[in-house]
Amino acid sequence: MKALVWHGKEDIRCDTVTDPEIEDSRDAIVKVTSCAICGSDLHLFHNFIPAMLPGDIMGHEMMGEVVEVGHGVNGKLKKGDRIVIPFTIICGECEQCQRGNFSVCETTNRKKHLADKVFGHATAGLFGYTHLTGGYPGGQAEYVRVPFADATHIKVPDGIPDEQVLFLGDIFPTGWQAAAQCDIEPTDTVAVWGCGPVGQMAIRSAILLGAKQVIAIDHLPERLSMAEAGGAIPVNFDEESVVERLNELTNGKGPEKCIDAIGMEAHVTPWQPDTVMDRAKQMMMLESDRPHVLREMIYVCRPGGVISIPGVYSGLVDKIPMGQLMNKGLTIRTGQTHVNRWTDDLLRRIEEGQIDPSFVITHTVGLEQGPEMYKIFRDKQDSCIKVVLKP
Amino acid sequence: MNYVPNMANIARSEGDPKVLRSGPSSLGTSDQLAKVLGWFSIGLGLAELIAPSRITNALGMQGKEGLVRAYGAREIASGLLCLSPDKQAGLWSRVAGDGLDLATLLSGLRDDNPKRDNVALALMMVLGITLLDVAGAQGTTVRHRRHRGAQRLYHDRSGFPKGIQAAREAAKNFSPTKRAAPVLAHSAASGSEEPAFARSL
Repeated sequence: MKALVWHGKEDIRCDTVTDPEIEDSRDAIVKVTSCAICGSDLHLFHNFIPAMLPGDIMGHEMMGEVVEVGHGVNGKLKKGDRIVIPFTIICGECEQCQRGNFSVCETTNRKKHLADKVFGHATAGLFGYTHLTGGYPGGQAEYVRVPFADATHIKVPDGIPDEQVLFLGDIFPTGWQAAAQCDIEPTDTVAVWGCGPVGQMAIRSAILLGAKQVIAIDHLPERLSMAEAGGAIPVNFDEESVVERLNELTNGKGPEKCIDAIGMEAHVTPWQPDTVMDRAKQMMMLESDRPHVLREMIYVCRPGGVISIPGVYSGLVDKIPMGQLMNKGLTIRTGQTHVNRWTDDLLRRIEEGQIDPSFVITHTVGLEQGPEMYKIFRDKQDSCIKVVLKP
Repeated sequence: MNYVPNMANIARSEGDPKVLRSGPSSLGTSDQLAKVLGWFSIGLGLAELIAPSRITNALGMQGKEGLVRAYGAREIASGLLCLSPDKQAGLWSRVAGDGLDLATLLSGLRDDNPKRDNVALALMMVLGITLLDVAGAQGTTVRHRRHRGAQRLYHDRSGFPKGIQAAREAAKNFSPTKRAAPVLAHSAASGSEEPAFARSL
């Protein structure tokens, strides 16, 4: 089969690889009908997240048709079922899964010994990601093996196009969880840093969860225009001071809820010296992540507010203003997305026409064009916001 | 960061798909050139840092060891940038550095320098490298420039088929469910023995 394979830093290729096979009774094989490139794939593309191996298949946003199931799936899936695959692999049985904390499933990370050493305790296995999260082959491929398939799936009805449900596997619940864990009140202003796909979903989620005002921060006109279309007030950090503008829009009090949809690769600008310093440190491996957005959120957030972090961080950050964080009594909520916690509700909202997540798709191409699309997405060329691949 | 898999001795699992035939890479020719020049820069920089006197002796420019060391540090910084996602900056910094190298070497092309032939040779080498650096810098700048293709705006993509106002209205009827609450806190507070998600799976 064809698959997008990681060969090293910025080196993705559309390779011919052997087909996946059932390895465990709880496995299923899915013929991928649609998959996508996620912003967090770019962290792997840049090799900022450690423990990738040449030959690893990329991709953790995919859906398709079940073509084979192991006998342990126990009738929960059958050949021909149409499913979206959540990027977090879950057993559905462990204590964390039973509590709905699916992204920290205690069972599915098959490189537990490694993850225990790095994270203290292993988190769930993820598709197409680092070996710290199991090193499972991803779904930017014609076929994918889904481990623990009896629990790791979201059944979707026929009749809804792939484009409307594909993002149930990651960016929609990720944006939703980012907003939901803000505990939004009707009087709240929610500021969202980053208008990439997750930021766009977080903006729509904040609107659907009843925020009084949503503010979107970015510097790319196409992304800000999409944010504005979704009901947000755009703030271009190339043109105005984020802190001043946020204070202006909140009567000098700051937003109650702040969402970091950027993560470890904050934009570097010469007039923000901390971003230059972070970049230099990252290059010399003195710091793994660039946390400018975190610093700005902590500074501008209203005392007693909530900081929600769906953006991916991989390791160590410097100069986090703990004094501001502590004295202002801020709450930080973060984590990989507990996808299946949210998907019943989100699928219902899609079916009812409350939201159509396909608005974010700007490019749809064949799998063989994937390597070039990684570059276009990374370089933000051709007004690219979200790429869907058709194997 | 490939040292992590090496140190941890990790490997792909036996049943995982294996590459049979490789396709074209996302790396362009200019990206490959940036990689080569990046490693060259780091190698040269290390040599300049570790053995500056051998370089100044060979060029008849004794007394400039401090300057050579400084250039070594500059080379390493440029090399690291060339190997990073910001490779254009690294390559243009190499072009600027080439200018400094050429100016410094020209100062050694004096009649009273017994090693002026070596200086001339070094000048030719730096000129050749400069051409490669300029080609690489221009190539990566064009390849990774943001404004390729027509700029589009997305003012018509709200994502709300019934409109934003309807989405805001729907929000008024929203009441947080157990699913929206932090589950650990909920479980601890309620003392409920029923697993919060047992039924949904």
